Amino acid sequence: MNKIWLLLVIIGMATACKKEESGPIDSDELASLSVEFDNIVGPQNLQLNTGSYTNAKGETFSVSILQYFISNIKVTRTNGTEYVVPQDSSYFLIRESDPNSRFAKVKVPVGDYSGLEFVLGVDSLRSTMDISDRKGVLDPAGGMEDGMYWGWNSGYIFFKMEGVSPQAPVDPSGQNKFRYHIGGFGGYSAPTINNIKTFSIDLKHGGVAKVRTDRESNIHLMVDVQKVFNGSHQVSIAENPTVMFSAYSVNIANNFEGMFHHHHTEN
Amino acid sequence: MDTKLLIAFILLTGLLACSKELMETFKGFERPSNFPNPEYHFNNNEITRAKFELGRKLFYEPRFSRDNTISCGTCHIQSAGFTHHGHDVSHGIDDLLGKRNSPPIMNLAWRKDFFWDGGVFDMDLQPVVPIMNPVEMDETIPNVIRKLEEHPEYPSLFNEAFGSPGIDTERIMKAFSQFMAMVISSNSKYDKVMRNEGAKFTDEEEKGYRLFQQHCGSCHKEPLFTDESFRNNGIGIGYNNDQGRYEVTLNEKDMYTFKVPSLRNLSYTSPYMHDGRFIKLDAVLDHYAESIRDTPNLDPLLRGNLPLSPEDKLFILAFLKTLDDPGFVTDKRFAEQ
Repeated sequence: MNKIWLLLVIIGMATACKKEESGPIDSDELASLSVEFDNIVGPQNLQLNTGSYTNAKGETFSVSILQYFISNIKVTRTNGTEYVVPQDSSYFLIRESDPNSRFAKVKVPVGDYSGLEFVLGVDSLRSTMDISDRKGVLDPAGGMEDGMYWGWNSGYIFFKMEGVSPQAPVDPSGQNKFRYHIGGFGGYSAPTINNIKTFSIDLKHGGVAKVRTDRESNIHLMVDVQKVFNGSHQVSIAENPTVMFSAYSVNIANNFEGMFHHHHTEN
Repeated sequence: MDTKLLIAFILLTGLLACSKELMETFKGFERPSNFPNPEYHFNNNEITRAKFELGRKLFYEPRFSRDNTISCGTCHIQSAGFTHHGHDVSHGIDDLLGKRNSPPIMNLAWRKDFFWDGGVFDMDLQPVVPIMNPVEMDETIPNVIRKLEEHPEYPSLFNEAFGSPGIDTERIMKAFSQFMAMVISSNSKYDKVMRNEGAKFTDEEEKGYRLFQQHCGSCHKEPLFTDESFRNNGIGIGYNNDQGRYEVTLNEKDMYTFKVPSLRNLSYTSPYMHDGRFIKLDAVLDHYAESIRDTPNLDPLLRGNLPLSPEDKLFILAFLKTLDDPGFVTDKRFAEQ
């Protein structure tokens, strides 16, 4: 009996200690995790319409629309175990014009996370699902102007950036605009371009995310849209003012690599 | 026989007759016995009378266009086999012109994909295209939903059809598909011959049928008269350099190919080809017999003109007439009510 008492006391103390330390607690209980997509242009914060920036080709530009899909979020604990957010709760449309939309908020089990993975775009499976599985941001009914869906060639626009540049030729509407609408999930009945990109972010340097039930951890990512022009392929606005569903779009999609940088985590 | 039993029997028969009549007015989707299994996913959208009738009403609803002038039925006229008879390309809102010939709404439940380039792979996603196209209806679906919500009838019709109040994209598209999937043409003379329903081909039609099978049937595959493939049939590149299927696949092999159209109801659906360049069927047959042009990706089956004599062409024309379905273009179930 005494021994059992002793054991209970020790266990009790151990649990208490753990709580005080707020150390790694692994449980199946779900808690909030937020991923913040903070859009910047090189060393500057992105300011829609008013900000002026220069790309590697020396072309100056401003941005009037910036929006993209983030989906299929997966997180990895410091001990290596992975958790995939249920797909139905894992589609987010980040829109620079709506500050609230910059947070992708998910529920994941309590724990310490050192790895984050997500897709820029919409996976091919969801892109071909029945319309009853395309609610909210995936509703194909989005308007023409800021819509993220191609009706004529069934599929989502993964990344849309438009703006003005004096180097862009005058378009039929009389403006010097550039328009980049990047999509392509690989094709349904015939193979075509696939611009779905998956990103793995290591959180160890910027700070692991400590997910607890009594608060919300926020992984703060910087999204440098300058990389759209200045990646492995240097994009010239003058030469390619309009890039939509075309073979060239692959170059821009490849430039997305290196666009996401983990700055810090707010626990 | 007991009188009471007799009366009961008569009453029962009467009841059965009544219910049979009711059933006959709406049968849901029925596969014609000479047709294959449909492609459409009815398991996700089971046909009901209320949804079908709502879809039909939406099909003829001009509120889907920006200024409430253009409905689906504007460019898909039943008497013209649900095409825009007499128009090479259609004029939509503000009389703006499209770039392709309006295809028939017919036997769509058997289609794998939609439009001349096959860019849409699910019937439920098809209506989004003309609604948002700036030269067709130039409207947004959120606007349409607002207009339908303010309408005196639609809120209750949607409630009735779907079992709860509310109008959204999914419900609109599912209702449209109910109508589109039900618009079936399967009672041409050809069908009646194939189903042994007493009809017989004339000698000319029979000869035409043989020639058709020999020269046309591999692409215009029976009984739907299309193999659903995309091909360049040698008509030459159009004035607008329409690249067809290439625009949705970006594959060079698809450059200048278009969906093989069905040949049913040709008498009602002039003009022909993706850009409506041929007004008469004679011109279509003359093309295959005399003027196939070698442009990139010309179909291998069309290397060289088809060996058709003037007489052969007349026989083929006679056969093609047997694909007309007069009951289909006058069927009241498909008409604006």
